Amino acid sequence: MVAVLEIRDLLVSRGKRPVLQVAQLDILEKEILAIIGPNGTGKSTLLLVLSRLIKAERGQILYRGKIMQSSSDLAYRRKIGLVLQDPLLLDVSVFDNVASGLRFRGLANRLVAPQVNLWLERLGIAGLAKRPARSLSGGEAQRVSLARALALDPDVLLLDEPFSALDAPTRARLLDDFHGLIRSINITTVFVTHDMDEALLLGDRVAVMLDGHLAQVGTPAQVFNAPTDPDIARFVGVETVVAGRVISCQPGMALVEAGRFKFEAVGEIAAGRPVYICLRPEDITLWALPVEQTSSVRNQLTGRLVKLTPQGPLMRVVLDCGFPLVALITRTSANEMGLATGQEIAASFKASAVHLIAR
Amino acid sequence: MQLLWEGLKQSILLLFSGDPEVLQITLLSLQVSGLATAISLGLGLPIGSLLALGSFPTRRFWISLVNTGMALPPVVVGLVVSIFLWRSGPLGDLNWIYTTTAMVLAQVIIAAPVVTGLTVSALQQLDPRLRQQLLGLGASRLQMVLALWREARLPLLAALMAAFGSVISEIGASMMVGGNIRYHTRVLTTAIATATSQGDFALALALSALLLLMAYLINLTLTWIQQRNVRRG
Repeated sequence: MVAVLEIRDLLVSRGKRPVLQVAQLDILEKEILAIIGPNGTGKSTLLLVLSRLIKAERGQILYRGKIMQSSSDLAYRRKIGLVLQDPLLLDVSVFDNVASGLRFRGLANRLVAPQVNLWLERLGIAGLAKRPARSLSGGEAQRVSLARALALDPDVLLLDEPFSALDAPTRARLLDDFHGLIRSINITTVFVTHDMDEALLLGDRVAVMLDGHLAQVGTPAQVFNAPTDPDIARFVGVETVVAGRVISCQPGMALVEAGRFKFEAVGEIAAGRPVYICLRPEDITLWALPVEQTSSVRNQLTGRLVKLTPQGPLMRVVLDCGFPLVALITRTSANEMGLATGQEIAASFKASAVHLIAR
Repeated sequence: MQLLWEGLKQSILLLFSGDPEVLQITLLSLQVSGLATAISLGLGLPIGSLLALGSFPTRRFWISLVNTGMALPPVVVGLVVSIFLWRSGPLGDLNWIYTTTAMVLAQVIIAAPVVTGLTVSALQQLDPRLRQQLLGLGASRLQMVLALWREARLPLLAALMAAFGSVISEIGASMMVGGNIRYHTRVLTTAIATATSQGDFALALALSALLLLMAYLINLTLTWIQQRNVRRG
């Protein structure tokens, strides 16, 4: 697939401190690349560099194979659409806001109106066209912001956490609508978010940024199920990361040891190799003691319940097994088991749920 | 009190008598201060925008200088402009001293820092990310600045009002560089001073009322423009 944007050896510093270092990243034609990472890791900086709004200290960005020069910044910016975290609407009507980018491009008024109306309609805000932008709710304003960028028919759409400032129900509705829309128009998109659900839903590929570096790039399945680094693992929701060692390895299956426990894990890493054992909390099942052997699950261990906290509709349970083991279970299960801190309980997980990272 | 009352009565009669000299003084005041305000706007808006949006090493120094300029005493401006325009002064060959041109020049020096300083403040109050958003939407630098002016139109109109108010009401500079020459450089403020010094309180009060009325009408218009787009509630 053709790369629309290519980043090579990029360095951006604030003062003397490097805030963004990317050796190589290609953004492919028609893909949605989700850039995820904790706050302050350089995601937005990367997006602003891609918008040519921040100058890099070193490195190159190629647009459709050509190195970009400062003199071509305006021409390039007229090929992109930029949506920032806050809608940043102008103090004019909704219609005029959506029309603003088209007018900057000198498009004739007779061509502006149909394009604006089309995108107001597609974003479900046609009824708001005459409203002053300042009178809109957060969700409406962000729809206007998206319509404003999409009305430009951009070659590349750059989105910087466009849903993060919205309340949960508004965010869910807009995300759902946007998902359908972005898939239907098939546009090259770079989407910055710190929300894994958004990245999973929208991204064809996911790039994880940590401390200003690109830590891992891959499909959502690769990044979420097979992180290459303990920090990435923790960021993508792996709550149990334990240092261990491979005891033996047979084709497709490794036996690993962590503290007083031994686990089977799908994968092949040479025996004797130190590893990190990664477990997602939703892959762990808890059992009241004594355990009735009705399951085919091989990996079982026991531990003392040290913390029990609600997490949305679920309960987050932390067991002390010599290392902290975190599980997510339903409230019903927690009630049925009569869970309480200090209680000894058993945990189990499948060999396929264990992800090993070589240390 | 009697003096004030008599003066007020006479001033009302004078105002409605259509005295040609009063009319000429009023129009000249409007012409000089209006032109000075317009030139100040032409200078202050771009310079203020450059100071607010630019990033260069001496920016803060220039902003502090402009802020100081906002409090320039008109009489000091009058003195400095007089020295420059005096026949033996550096710009004496222009023969501007005691002309309305000299008065406009002095008033520009008074009003331009006001427009500049308030433009800096108005633009700096906008969300700095708005600039990135405008550029990201494909605005050129000029289009971005015009869009920012539009966003800051309320405080910028306030800057215009403040600038006009500062020059229509000043006397020191106009008196010194204009000379208060009857039918030539006499404006409302200098005419008021002259009438007062001559004990003609009726004329002084009439001219004062005119000055206030004119300032009020102009600011009323600007305020109407400023406030018509303000959302309430």
